[in-house]
Amino acid sequence: MPTNGVPTRITQGSGTRGGIGESTLRPDGTLKVTGEFAYSSDMWHEDMLWGQILRSTVAHAEIVSIDTSEALALPGVYAVMTYDDLPTEVRNYGLEIQDTPVLAHGKVRHHGEPVAIVAADHPETARRATARIRVDYRELPVVTDEASATAPGAVLVHENRDDPHSRHVPHPNIVHRQPIVRGDVEAARRRADVVVEGEYTFGMQDQAFLGPESGLAVPEEDGGVHLYIATQWLHSDLRQIAPVLGLPEDRVRMTLAGVGGAFGGREDLSMQIHACLLALRTGKPVKIVYNRFESFFGHVHRHPARLFYEHGATADGRLTHVRCRIVLDGGAYASASPAVVGNASSLGVGPYRVDDVDIEAIALYTNNPPCGAMRGFGAVQACFAYEAQMDRLAARLGMDPVELRQLNAMEQGTLLPTGQPVDSPAPVAELLRRVKAMPMPPERQWESSEGADLRQLPGGLSNTTHGEGVVRGVGYAVGIKNVGFSEGFDDYSTARVRLEVAGGEPVAGVHTAMAEVGQGGVTVHAQIARTELGVGQVTIHPANTEVGSAGSTSASRQTYVTGGAVRNACELVRERVLDLGRRKFGSYHPAWATAELLLEGGKVVTDGGEVLADLVDVLGGEAVEIEEEWRHRPTEPFDLRTGQGNGHVQYSFAAHRAVVEVDTELGLVKVIELACAQDVGKALNPLSVIGQIQGGTTQGLGVAVMEEIVVDPRTAKVRNPSFTDYLIPTILDTPTIPVDMLELADDHAPYGLRGVGEAPTLSSTPAVLAAIRDATGLELNRTPVRPEHLTGTV
Amino acid sequence: MDFLRPASWEEALAAKAEHPAAVPIAGGTDVMVEINFDHRRPEHLMDLNRIGDLEEWEVGEDSVRLGASVPYAKIMEHLRAELPGLALASHTVASPQIRNRGGVGGNLGTASPAGDAHPALLAAGAEIEAESVRGTRRIPVDAFYTGVKRNALAPDELIRAVHIKKADGPQQYSKAGTRNAMVIAVCAFGLALHPETRTVRTGIGSAAPTPIRAQAAEEFLNAALEEGGFWDSGKIVTPSVAKRFADLCAAACNPIDDVRGTAGYRRHAVGVMARRTLTWTWESYRGAHRLTEGAA
Repeated sequence: MPTNGVPTRITQGSGTRGGIGESTLRPDGTLKVTGEFAYSSDMWHEDMLWGQILRSTVAHAEIVSIDTSEALALPGVYAVMTYDDLPTEVRNYGLEIQDTPVLAHGKVRHHGEPVAIVAADHPETARRATARIRVDYRELPVVTDEASATAPGAVLVHENRDDPHSRHVPHPNIVHRQPIVRGDVEAARRRADVVVEGEYTFGMQDQAFLGPESGLAVPEEDGGVHLYIATQWLHSDLRQIAPVLGLPEDRVRMTLAGVGGAFGGREDLSMQIHACLLALRTGKPVKIVYNRFESFFGHVHRHPARLFYEHGATADGRLTHVRCRIVLDGGAYASASPAVVGNASSLGVGPYRVDDVDIEAIALYTNNPPCGAMRGFGAVQACFAYEAQMDRLAARLGMDPVELRQLNAMEQGTLLPTGQPVDSPAPVAELLRRVKAMPMPPERQWESSEGADLRQLPGGLSNTTHGEGVVRGVGYAVGIKNVGFSEGFDDYSTARVRLEVAGGEPVAGVHTAMAEVGQGGVTVHAQIARTELGVGQVTIHPANTEVGSAGSTSASRQTYVTGGAVRNACELVRERVLDLGRRKFGSYHPAWATAELLLEGGKVVTDGGEVLADLVDVLGGEAVEIEEEWRHRPTEPFDLRTGQGNGHVQYSFAAHRAVVEVDTELGLVKVIELACAQDVGKALNPLSVIGQIQGGTTQGLGVAVMEEIVVDPRTAKVRNPSFTDYLIPTILDTPTIPVDMLELADDHAPYGLRGVGEAPTLSSTPAVLAAIRDATGLELNRTPVRPEHLTGTV
Repeated sequence: MDFLRPASWEEALAAKAEHPAAVPIAGGTDVMVEINFDHRRPEHLMDLNRIGDLEEWEVGEDSVRLGASVPYAKIMEHLRAELPGLALASHTVASPQIRNRGGVGGNLGTASPAGDAHPALLAAGAEIEAESVRGTRRIPVDAFYTGVKRNALAPDELIRAVHIKKADGPQQYSKAGTRNAMVIAVCAFGLALHPETRTVRTGIGSAAPTPIRAQAAEEFLNAALEEGGFWDSGKIVTPSVAKRFADLCAAACNPIDDVRGTAGYRRHAVGVMARRTLTWTWESYRGAHRLTEGAA
């Protein structure tokens, strides 16, 4: 099968060690595995106080009264603050819609909403003080799903809405609605020989990052505050924090603290404003660290969803049309819901060519926990459903499910439902071919001469089967994820690069505000600087707000956008250094004027390899420094009625083959292998790319077989806020993950690269589900699959 | 909270007599979770880690006297032959770190229906050695669990050891959970064959308010094995007998629906595990039986 696209070629810096394309090691890797890395929760400051948050014990209630007197009376307590103590009229925050109260105002809208904050000289004192705050709630009926949210007379989660979406939504309990209509679905439906319908449910997944929310706010002499914080986007936090504090942005200084994972869960604020408020109130440094229980209430989760799909095809397997309706539960506050709706709708049919579509996606306001960004961001839920539909269609047509996908696979030039052409390689069929061509893991791997190897069996060392009832299944899936912020968002990054001589050597310094959350940006930035400036020594400056915004560490965008900004700044530095060289040494050699010049190995060389000067001599005592913003190409919003528009920047494709062993009697699953093929454009650091693919794949496996926040539908309260009952895969649940990396350049992107972090999270889940269906013959329209679903004991 | 650190067993008993509400802590794998989650805030915490004998065990003629604090990792390593069911159960406890700290005494003290050791103790047959300043007594494990997270200890008593019958036949243990490692039991099942007395014993975890034995199932199987001459012949247990046994085990459950699983699943899974563990133990018994006959 032919593939369109070619790999990137690089000349500048290709002879410099530790440049792009090499698997250089993470600077923080050893520290993290040996337990020496300083996470945000490890910070300490002399005289610091500990902040604690009182959270609502009910999901929806009016606050009749709050009595803080007993808390204030406790020795060691320095401050207790409620809504009434907020210093300015700005008392809400939010990523896009400022609907989230810093502290509850007259009402709580979800279980665990912050009501009051305490600062004390000991964390235990702070905790006891919060327990002494008396809050009188008058409970209100809860809105928990589409039916209760849009029923006549439904309680409104937010009254008097006035936000960019309130005018076009059909009901005030709908945050945002995006229809996408293209072609003529009715006519296309008449051409269909086969139509399959399906209704799917996607459970609420948590990011389950291991480093809980934490930070340290230190009051400063100028009346400002310095916040050391684990976040995904310093400048977005800053924009939301400063107005609430009543401070100009230049008096709220922010420095990134050690981040223990994010996955979207740190895109919204958690304890940032609370710590700053308490620090400014008490004049002392205030540290806040959530425990695991609180962390489950302290960040947004992945939107649970109900998805309704209709797929049609001709007898030879060509898709005629897709109709779908995606209902996402955004919970009590908007967070990233509008953008999640945009992704779910625009990517709602997957990486397939289909001209006639009728798509609708909505996000609800309910009294469930707020949901927002998580790895895969709307595309995950859709992929679970459309891939189940493709299998169902294949079964109805009597076709091989991979062949059906390949027959309908999009290619470069295919139009998305939004009318936007995919203008870079889209090797969807090729990825499926590759993943299918990988050797299969041997059958019955548990059999050994010394009896069953339990580690290879469902149930593991829990010793539930020695092979009895175990059936193997195989399933495939493929997905499409957009990279970068879409729908007309001004998505830029800033990089400051400095080149100077230190200790007799040229040294590059890279300063960005990029949040390193584990993705490996700090490794990649150093590689880019080595390649672009031809130097060995690179210093990565700590991320803070002394440099311009780097945008969010999300949407698979940082290597593309901040990496692009670093490259751009390096190029500008390089030009300036060469100008400097021409001025100093141009008269000594004609090549300074005539040849293409490169920086390589600390020297200025011609493209023919002739050395013209040492960088040390060119620079002398001068430092060349550039700070520049860099943008990817612009996008447009989707039309509110038709969904048409060039809304996306780039796409990332991955395909999976899952091999599972299912104990069909006990309903236990062992995923044996999750093979992945992904087009990464250009692997700047192959080891990191494989790590991203394996991590994303595992997170997708988690929501296939175990991960779910369970919310009581009667009370809207969370039932399992702990790692005892919110299960994430252990190493025994994690299969071998062979990765086949394809590198087809996207000519629009730096080095031709593609964002890689999210795509594997999409296709992993439906591949596992397909494999379990294959093993059991069950329909399985929901994820995660639990033992009771496989044994008919729901 | 006061932290008591008795240097000897006698001091511990005296302290417990003085502060009957004091919570003993050894490995801390249960107690510390409760304290960290603020579910429990005892006036006194009594650290038993200075009392070395609690981490020792003695293998006797008929039984093993297992110190209350012997960690699961040691049971797995040293007592696999004597206590095969408990060793298998120990394998399923949490993570290596927890198995290095936690022991059977804590499981009994907490008396959670989900404690991993209970079904194995019930199936093997065990007595809990409880002691106070008033004296020592041995509580049969069948009488030990009195309610959800309640046990038969008097307020001034501490668990010193557990006397577990040495295996006289094959034992098995299975635990169903929604993860392949480090998971709290959705339900668990222990089975021990006792060829010396020609009886079987069972233990069920997480499927009733307390760990229980499936008495009716045991009685049925004892009778069926006896009447069919299975103990002597060593022939394969008839599928209908195995099924009836499994059904009776499932029927012994009195489970609840909770966030970890449905009552229906628990009943179903106990039945499946009962049938499978019977097959495995009986296969072992037959193997050993044939071996003995061959040698004779």
